[in-house]
Amino acid sequence: MEEILKKYKTTKLEGVNVWFKAAPVDAFPKDGGACVKYKDLQIAVFNFERLNTWYASQNLSPEKQEMVLSRGMIGDHNGIPMVACPLHKKTFSLETGENLNGDLEPIAIYPVKIENNIVYIGFSE
Amino acid sequence: MKTIVVIGNGMVGFKFCEKFVTKENLGNYKVIVFGEEPRPAYDRVHLSEFFENQNAKALELAPQSWYEENGIELITDTRITDIHRDKKTITSVNEKQYTYDYLVLATGSSAFVPPIKGVEKKGVFVYRTIEDLEDMLSYAAKLKVKNPNAKAAVLGGGLLGLEAGKAAMDMGLEPHIVEFAPKLMPRQLDSRSSQVLQLKLESIGLNIHLSKATNQILGDDGYITGMEFGEDDVLDVEMLIISAGIRPRDELGKTCNLEMGVRGGIVVNNKMQTSDPDIYAIGEVALYNQMIYGLVAPGYDMADVAANQILGQTETLMPDEIDMSTKLKLIGVDVASFGEPFMPASKGHSIIFENKTQHLYKRINVSLDGKSLLGGILVGDAADYNMLHQIYLNGMSIPEDPAQLILPASEGGTTFGDVTDLPDEAQICSCESVTKGQICNVIENGEATDVTGVVSYTKAGTGCGGCKPMVTDLTNATLKALGIEVKEGVCEHFDLSRQDLYKIIQVKGYTTFNEVLDNHGTGGHGCELCKPLVASLMASINADTANKEYAIQDSNDRFLANIQRNGTYSVVPRVPGGEITPDKLIALGQIAKKYDLYTKVTGGVRIDLFGATLNQLPLIWKELISHGFESGHAYGKSLRTVKTCVGSTWCRYGMDESVSFGIELENRYRGIRAPHKIKGGVSGCIRECAEARGKDFGLIAVEGGWNLYLGGNGGATPRHAELFAEQIDNETVIKYIDRYLMFYMRTAKPLQRTAAWQDRLEGGIEYLKEVIIEDKLGIAADLDEEMQSLVNKFECEWTQAVNDPEMMKRFNHFVNSEDEDDNLVFVPLREQKMPEPWK
Repeated sequence: MEEILKKYKTTKLEGVNVWFKAAPVDAFPKDGGACVKYKDLQIAVFNFERLNTWYASQNLSPEKQEMVLSRGMIGDHNGIPMVACPLHKKTFSLETGENLNGDLEPIAIYPVKIENNIVYIGFSE
Repeated sequence: MKTIVVIGNGMVGFKFCEKFVTKENLGNYKVIVFGEEPRPAYDRVHLSEFFENQNAKALELAPQSWYEENGIELITDTRITDIHRDKKTITSVNEKQYTYDYLVLATGSSAFVPPIKGVEKKGVFVYRTIEDLEDMLSYAAKLKVKNPNAKAAVLGGGLLGLEAGKAAMDMGLEPHIVEFAPKLMPRQLDSRSSQVLQLKLESIGLNIHLSKATNQILGDDGYITGMEFGEDDVLDVEMLIISAGIRPRDELGKTCNLEMGVRGGIVVNNKMQTSDPDIYAIGEVALYNQMIYGLVAPGYDMADVAANQILGQTETLMPDEIDMSTKLKLIGVDVASFGEPFMPASKGHSIIFENKTQHLYKRINVSLDGKSLLGGILVGDAADYNMLHQIYLNGMSIPEDPAQLILPASEGGTTFGDVTDLPDEAQICSCESVTKGQICNVIENGEATDVTGVVSYTKAGTGCGGCKPMVTDLTNATLKALGIEVKEGVCEHFDLSRQDLYKIIQVKGYTTFNEVLDNHGTGGHGCELCKPLVASLMASINADTANKEYAIQDSNDRFLANIQRNGTYSVVPRVPGGEITPDKLIALGQIAKKYDLYTKVTGGVRIDLFGATLNQLPLIWKELISHGFESGHAYGKSLRTVKTCVGSTWCRYGMDESVSFGIELENRYRGIRAPHKIKGGVSGCIRECAEARGKDFGLIAVEGGWNLYLGGNGGATPRHAELFAEQIDNETVIKYIDRYLMFYMRTAKPLQRTAAWQDRLEGGIEYLKEVIIEDKLGIAADLDEEMQSLVNKFECEWTQAVNDPEMMKRFNHFVNSEDEDDNLVFVPLREQKMPEPWK
């Protein structure tokens, strides 16, 4: 199981080599998330419509290694955009990946861009 | 570098280590700890919990790694056999020598086994260590194979004996308590409170034998078969647990000639030093003021004193008088005694409140001038203990009529005393020795801003947890005094309470989360607390289904199913009243088989199908709906089931048609969103097979109508529903439940069950009668109308979802692929399957 966690590494905008064309904007719920498949990775993509901002992270909850984060509720805590894991409501910053209400490992975060109403996720490879 | 050797790794030995490392960075000291048991120190006070889950790890005070991280060498499974005071060395059972500068004896005690003939027989146990418990469990398991009705006796009706009685009960044996004295808990309770406790324990199935001296243990082929008290006075038992007191483990003190007590124990002074100033003794091995203190709190104080003394903080001394007050839950029964529980009439007056029907007893002892509280006993309800204990400890003044301190509110009692009246030195948490001053301090200097912060800074409430309510009250009062508002708001995005939000949404007619947040929020974008709450309120007011704005729903509501351990879901169709045709039952079985779902009957008597993936959910539901099923709302904060017994349609005892009425009620309230889940029950007679009094609303058929009970639940804090109305007809039942549920939905806090809401409702059930029956608030017509409108607007949300292609989109694991989650692993389980266990 440890192996599966290692597959997910935070990618910074400057480290992006591949912009993966995920899906049209309207495939994602407003102010909610959905999951995108890229190679053998599961990426959770969140549409913060109120902010007009998008975020992406691993779909894997670092707590119990289940593929569930895209189904969590989103919002903010003290201004930090976050997702709450649907299993035990562990919250993670979507800016840094940090666990906001515990000391779990941070989740990996990926850049997102929207062009012509299409959602792209940035990967290093 | 000095070496400190601690002999004994029980609760007190561990506390010494903990106190020592927080005071000293250990650079100048080396600490070696010896434990005789195979595992690191564990919580012996809560030993009986081991029977519930058999998880020794859960009882651990700190894992092995804690000792390593703090530079402590822990050597378990090793007994120390000798102390050589002249050379300052000790020898272990495997003949190894260790040198010490300071020696701390924390060897504790062992169970006292009285010299009764036959006590060596197989099946006789003591109750002291996890190993003892494991031996008992395996013996009991074998017994039950031979005889499912096997009996176990406990010798000793004291505190530990009653705990052991619970253990016998948990092992599935018929429990008997045998006590030499004429009453239970003779050290802590007076005769009357002891009788109340006895009645209560008997009512939950314990058999109690008092004034019994055991002459011999009877046996057959070396195994125990009974206990003989006198001629023709025999109790047949197949197992015996001895819990007749403790003896200090003082043999090391004896052999190295430390000063000993006449009846055992190593004599210590108020620095916890023995007659050898380099050797300390703490806990149940130490004889202080000619007493062995068998409670954990004085043991912890001793550990603190010894740690301070060794580090040169010589002004920390053990007080002369040790508070032996104690509060505990014995087999679910509150028992507490404080100060002087028994008091001679020459010293003061006792005020006693006793109610045997409710198994309640409260006694307080008041000084002759009626001005101070000297002690007391509480059985059955110890909610007042913390305050009474503080009043006693701090010599606070008491009301002119001291009876008010213990009388129930309905009989003129008042809540007396406020945490803020306590002096700063008042000890709030006795396990961790945290004073009121310390708690106020961390709030006043800004280190903590809420209860969680206070607990993490001061450790208050992390021991037995009994002081938690007081810590909460004190924290809130201190915050208020500082002018910091104690937030009633639901979360950081709303300063409003649930009730306020309810009114606002109702009056303004909002239909989206963003409208509510933009107009009444404090900024930000909402969170996992306020989103589902607003969703639930809009549903309670407008009868919206969870499909309407699915991204603000709690994750289960969003996918109309209960998420399980591995991210798959369970499916529960509604089976109103538990009545189901064979055809529907077959359909359920066929669908479960087709999708390979784990199948189980739920606690609410319907059928749960587990292991459906997100993609499968709508396919399964389409099939269920085609067979006439609808959503069971098992995932929602809404009506779950109305459980029924079969009633007069079949049962020869039935007084009325409980199934028919249960179905009617379940169909009436299905789908309605509430602050928390709601369950109902309808029993056809007073035998109560539907367990209606454990439900939010429950009905029992009696001569001339239904008795209606309100506000019960199972859950973490079980509560029986209270009788609200008697012998009423079907129409009246529906009217009252309509109003009750609507009033609850309007006024409860988020995620508050009816039981907790009713408990905190000022005036309780009597007030509810005024509102619901007499319409004191003049809102009954509104409540009726609101409920009827919700009932009329009901729509099955699964039927909505499967008929709308747009809604169906949400049930794909990926937005860009038809694939399923490839991370799912199932393992076989009794001819079905389950998710792979969590690592």
